Amino acid sequence: MAALEIAKTVDAKGLSCPMPIVKTAQAIKEIPSGALIEVLSTDKGSTRDFAAWARSTGNEIVEQSDEGGVYRFVLRKK
Amino acid sequence: MSDTISFVLFSGTDDKLQAAAVMTAGAAALGKRVNIFLQYWALDAFRRDRIDADHGLSPEAGPAGRAAVDALRAAGQASWKETLGQAKELGDVDIQACSLSMDLLHLEESDLDPIVDGVEGVTAFFLAAEDGEVVFI
Repeated sequence: MAALEIAKTVDAKGLSCPMPIVKTAQAIKEIPSGALIEVLSTDKGSTRDFAAWARSTGNEIVEQSDEGGVYRFVLRKK
Repeated sequence: MSDTISFVLFSGTDDKLQAAAVMTAGAAALGKRVNIFLQYWALDAFRRDRIDADHGLSPEAGPAGRAAVDALRAAGQASWKETLGQAKELGDVDIQACSLSMDLLHLEESDLDPIVDGVEGVTAFFLAAEDGEVVFI
């Protein structure tokens, strides 16, 4: 499978809650519906926060990982 | 789940204002409408000439709490004013000063930082709160 085509990346590493979500919510306004946004975060609440935010906003988490305390999410804009 | 949440900010210390700002930004990111009603010492902290000053911490913070808060700020945490500003850019956040507290502190609207949208009484606040939760901080 070809690598996913990321339209935008939000590097929120080092930012504390709620800035990873805030920055993502701002950035996703700039991409078209159906496009992918990648987020990198070190906030420990990220896994639950991004799941809740995606569920509430209708944006879909298509990939997620935790590598050494860096959480990575790829979301598809609703 | 109501799509409106309202915060009454009473305390004017930086820790409580920071907590309120974080809750506001999180709610705005979820698309909730957020009403903030500033009373007493919280309103005092929003004075144009003091908003960036050190407003201290709650008594329970103690020296260790002070050090922890300072460390988080040194690591780049946005101030409560910046966090509220981002929340306003992101969503529908309305910040109103309590008219009684304006009288108490002898303030005019021009004394307040422009992040404050206006002055209203408690009736207007409750109307804006609709059937959503009201949180007192």
